[in-house]
Amino acid sequence: MGEGETRTESQAEVQTEGLVLQRLREQFGQALLEIKTWRNETTVVLAPQDLVRICRFLRDDPGLAFDFLSDVTGVDRLMLPEPSPRFEVVYHVYSLQYRRRIRLKVRVDNGQAVPTVTDLWPTANWHEREVYDLLGVTFEGHPDLRRILTPDDWEGHPLRKDYPVEASPKWWEEEPA
Amino acid sequence: MSPIRTMTVNMGPQHPSTHGVLRLVLELDGEVVVKCIPHIGYLHTGIEKGLESKRFQQGIPLTDRMDYLAPLSNNLALVLAIEKALGIVPPERGQTIRVLLTELTRIKSHLVWLGTHAMDIGAMSVFLYCFREREAILDLYEAASGQRMMSSFFRVGGLAADLPPGFEERVQAFLETFPARLAEYEALLTKNPLWRQRTVGIGAISREDAIAMALSGPSLRACGVSYDVRKAHPYSGYERYQFEVPLGKVGDVYDRYMVRMAEMYQSHRIAAQALARLAPGPINVADPKLVPPPKPLLKSSMEALIHHFKLYSEGFHVPAGEVYQPIEAPKGELGAYLVSDGGTRPYRVHFRAPSFVNLQALQKMVEGRLVADVVAVIGSLDIVLGEIDR
Repeated sequence: MGEGETRTESQAEVQTEGLVLQRLREQFGQALLEIKTWRNETTVVLAPQDLVRICRFLRDDPGLAFDFLSDVTGVDRLMLPEPSPRFEVVYHVYSLQYRRRIRLKVRVDNGQAVPTVTDLWPTANWHEREVYDLLGVTFEGHPDLRRILTPDDWEGHPLRKDYPVEASPKWWEEEPA
Repeated sequence: MSPIRTMTVNMGPQHPSTHGVLRLVLELDGEVVVKCIPHIGYLHTGIEKGLESKRFQQGIPLTDRMDYLAPLSNNLALVLAIEKALGIVPPERGQTIRVLLTELTRIKSHLVWLGTHAMDIGAMSVFLYCFREREAILDLYEAASGQRMMSSFFRVGGLAADLPPGFEERVQAFLETFPARLAEYEALLTKNPLWRQRTVGIGAISREDAIAMALSGPSLRACGVSYDVRKAHPYSGYERYQFEVPLGKVGDVYDRYMVRMAEMYQSHRIAAQALARLAPGPINVADPKLVPPPKPLLKSSMEALIHHFKLYSEGFHVPAGEVYQPIEAPKGELGAYLVSDGGTRPYRVHFRAPSFVNLQALQKMVEGRLVADVVAVIGSLDIVLGEIDR
């Protein structure tokens, strides 16, 4: 890639990532459906029913202490080579103490719910509402699952891949000129 | 006694102290807030959706419009995420200019926060002084990029252009006057009894709650949690700069004020170091597939013409995969999550907007307190609705 220096793989980071994965494998083994590391970032795919117990372990284990939920978001996989299950909910969890980040994912089909993690990290509340609003993934056990960015009576979920980029809502079209 | 004890009041979305279009539904018992329900989304512009239909390079101007008080920080998050996925790092000079400009951006953003926050609480003159300094930084923006606010100056692989002649002297002149100006603002507020009455002990949040709510940036550090992405996961060469991470103790409005004031001194320090490090050299990676060739070359080199044409008609491909790139924006951890399917447009981009997450803690900070404190707390969280609603 030209003369620009390429990123060097930080040995220490790779080792600490390995440590987290090792603890997870010991504890949960089969529940980790897929593990992938790319650009020094580790992704673990989980089944929806395992999400909460694994998150609780990650948060409460003193050697891991993933106490900080950076972000929750979703991806519509409709246009990817493997479009099924359709949706992916992505969690970026961070440990303030050990300065580690790990990405967790669950995959669900349209209409299938994901268990909420608001009991573990209250910050997930608005993030999950956003995923529900923009992608239409529902969260089971969420205390207040309402739309957050679009109006309450909005139709459709804008970040779905089959939702057109340039679409106007019906009430707008029907308004006389 | 009447059976109705509480009264529901709508605050915003067109209320000057809500910093944009935030709407709060407040349930009041006299002047005490019993319940506070924020409503957001009035400024939702579908930036994440829009990015999916634009080529990687084309998406950068959209990000300016998120946190419009710190456009270059938004640029940086997206650009770094794309660079991480590509596996490239810009050369030394490009990185140093990025650091210099984003630290000026932090000062600029904090100045707007200070001015508006102080004005909300009743200190009008601070606002006017802050905007004087902000103007100087906007002039620097304009000199570098041609734009005062929506500068879109960063590019994948480096920068849109090198700094213009005389720019370094102008930054130097600004850096020389700035600490004295900052001391003036501190003289107006820090020990002012009226200011302290309105801020000390107001809107405090504990360390544990702050972490549970995933506060970041100055709002988190005011609680004494030392988490600064520039230190924890340095990017753009931040590991080579000397600076401290200011911390608070109790996490009230006053602590957040103190942390941001101290941060401006630190940003000044980093900017001065960046200026000293600026050495002549390339600003962009030397990859013609990513960075357009210099314009005069198009007339003499067929290859340059082809690269130029390909870059602006098709764009460049980013390998399939996903990355999360956090940066320390003025408001906190701004994360760009990028999913690429190997094409020339991002498959999905999501921004972890610090204002969005920080605002969520508002409810916890204001319930049980007076209405007037709501204004002080909103100001101290330093939110920008453009970023919250995206």
